[in-house]
Amino acid sequence: MKTVNLMVAGLVAMPMAAQAQTEISWWHAMTGANSEVVEKIAADFNASQSDYVVKPVFKGTYPETLNAGIAAFRAGQAPDIIQVFDVGTGVMMGAQGAIKPVAEVLTEAGFAFDKSQYLPGIVGYYSSPEGEMLSFPYNSSSPILYYNKDIFEKAGLDVDNPPKTWAEVWAAARQIKSSGAATCGYTSTWLTWIHTENFAAWNNVSWASNENGLAGTPELAVDGPLFVKHFQEIADLAKEGVFVYGGRTSEAKQNFTSGECGILTESSGGLGDIVKAGINYGIGQLPYDETAEGAPQNTTPGGASLWVMGGKSDEVYKGVGTFFNYLSQTDVQEFLHQESGYLPVTMAAYEATKASGFYETNPAREVPITQMMGKEPTENSKGVRAPNLPQIRDILNEEFEKMLAGQQTAQEALTAATTRGNAAIKEATGG
Amino acid sequence: MRRTVFPHKLLPWLLLAPQLAITLIFFYWPAAQAFRQSVLREDPFGLSSTFVGLANFRKVLNDPSYLNALQVTVIFSVLVAFFAMAIALFLAVQVEKIIRGKGFYRTLMIWPYAVAPAIAGMLWLFMFNPSFGTLAWPLRQLGINWNPLLDGDQAMMLVVAAATWKQISYNFLFFVAGLQAIPKSLLEAAAIDGATKRRAFWTIVFPLLTPTTFFLLVVNTVYALFDTFGIIHAVTGGGPGKATETLVYKVYNDGFVNLIMGDSAAQSVILMVIVIALTAFQFRFIEKRVHYG
Repeated sequence: MKTVNLMVAGLVAMPMAAQAQTEISWWHAMTGANSEVVEKIAADFNASQSDYVVKPVFKGTYPETLNAGIAAFRAGQAPDIIQVFDVGTGVMMGAQGAIKPVAEVLTEAGFAFDKSQYLPGIVGYYSSPEGEMLSFPYNSSSPILYYNKDIFEKAGLDVDNPPKTWAEVWAAARQIKSSGAATCGYTSTWLTWIHTENFAAWNNVSWASNENGLAGTPELAVDGPLFVKHFQEIADLAKEGVFVYGGRTSEAKQNFTSGECGILTESSGGLGDIVKAGINYGIGQLPYDETAEGAPQNTTPGGASLWVMGGKSDEVYKGVGTFFNYLSQTDVQEFLHQESGYLPVTMAAYEATKASGFYETNPAREVPITQMMGKEPTENSKGVRAPNLPQIRDILNEEFEKMLAGQQTAQEALTAATTRGNAAIKEATGG
Repeated sequence: MRRTVFPHKLLPWLLLAPQLAITLIFFYWPAAQAFRQSVLREDPFGLSSTFVGLANFRKVLNDPSYLNALQVTVIFSVLVAFFAMAIALFLAVQVEKIIRGKGFYRTLMIWPYAVAPAIAGMLWLFMFNPSFGTLAWPLRQLGINWNPLLDGDQAMMLVVAAATWKQISYNFLFFVAGLQAIPKSLLEAAAIDGATKRRAFWTIVFPLLTPTTFFLLVVNTVYALFDTFGIIHAVTGGGPGKATETLVYKVYNDGFVNLIMGDSAAQSVILMVIVIALTAFQFRFIEKRVHYG
């Protein structure tokens, strides 16, 4: 009898304790070391104040997390904060009734929101055409060049000077192959993200109309002459066996870490695996096309941002605002940047990391930042957006695969991808 | 002894209730949802939805990539069902000939069935990955340009092999049971009449196995159509190009990756119709030829 009474008392007391603090759910897609960072940030925030409790929940891969969020929203059970990957940005922006802009959340929670404190290249990507910051950039990365120093040495290439332009990459890759230093000269992860989206920004050419879709419905321009030239060069290298295709996402990293390929272009977030592989690697900026005017311009962010779902209570929004304010603090950002390898979001965190001498021991960590901040972004280099970017990437990948298999030329591949992509965009926007 | 009498009207329903509930919740309800979704055009979040009638179906059926998926599915299913059954039958017949350690061999043969599709896919992917695959290397040494990442036919071979390998165990089990049910006297009579082993197999064993073969044909077709998603997802992701994108994979890709709910739902409905038609066809026409002995 006594135990029953105690249990009842416990049951009554529990919700009371929870009510004192507002719970904020945070769905994320981080694994391994990065998920530990999420847990630590949430725990530190919870310990720093007593009004709110942030509860991180792992929901699988990026697409799985997005789908879980969409399904939950449809069932009226949406989380408060959801992490959505870069290509899902267009989907979230299209769902105006489902989300609440982060800038609004922060101001309403009573925090002065100063956009200039944030890294412009990153914030620009997550803002509406009117310039309002819609989501909170949590983890951002940028593509860079990795090269195997041992293979460079064997091939008689300059170990301390990685190739800077694509023409130099092709020459070095051919030399690696012909000298027998490695069976493959060059490979790349994410052909669409690196060789179309970032290629366009870095060389200051248009990826699509309407500022690459940031200012309105885009019409693809990836069949432009610079793209055609670039992809024909890749197709030729593939034919010679100098370029080896790894897959649509980050599979090609294995071709590099296994020592098969001498040069790799990959996300700066992929550094961890390359370090782990224990190869003698070097890092350089993403190569650019020397015939492009004004190149190199700046690269665009990949990664993910945190979205606030709509229809929640004021109390929850206040909590979310407080949490985001906490996330923007310099020491938190510094921790996030140095621990996870993702880019810092605020200028102050970047400056502080620089002052601490972190980049002198880890020069690779600064390359993606300088790439992204090198110049004021143009209308070609703020990033790309489409209501159905995952589908556009699929279409491009399919055409590239046919091209690399020798079934079509670069011109044919890009023309087909543009036609199919534009039809898909029209369909997605209800045209 | 007294007999307990239950009211006759309620009890049968009560006993059926769990099964009925499961069927209703896990089949009829989602199927109804698919039907509803297939006539709507909706954004992913369901914020706005418009009734479009059969427009989604029209669009899907006019889409060349859907016809491509249909073709891929037919090729894939026929190859998987044929090889999975033929190899299993061959192995089952061979195992019958073993005198010692029969049980041991049988256990080994049944093993792969316990492997999850996604893991089976990963196994084959690792063995045949062009850059680090253990079996891709000897293929290259033989002068074969092995690259399923870009060669659609090779990618198809790889997924067919993985899907077949996984299903052989299941078929093997049924064929072994079927073979054991064949009366030895018939085979002995054939032997006395001077029939060769081969002739005895094709004129006696194979016809008597038809109930098993027919059952497996239905099961394997359904398996190749639906249960191979995990393997394709793990091995090729539908690529290269769209070389291994089956109908089921396209439903997933359009719905969950590209977030085009209406198209995806319309495809599910078409798939449902195909399966119903296929099963009806198999039972109506092929079953007539089945020899139930």
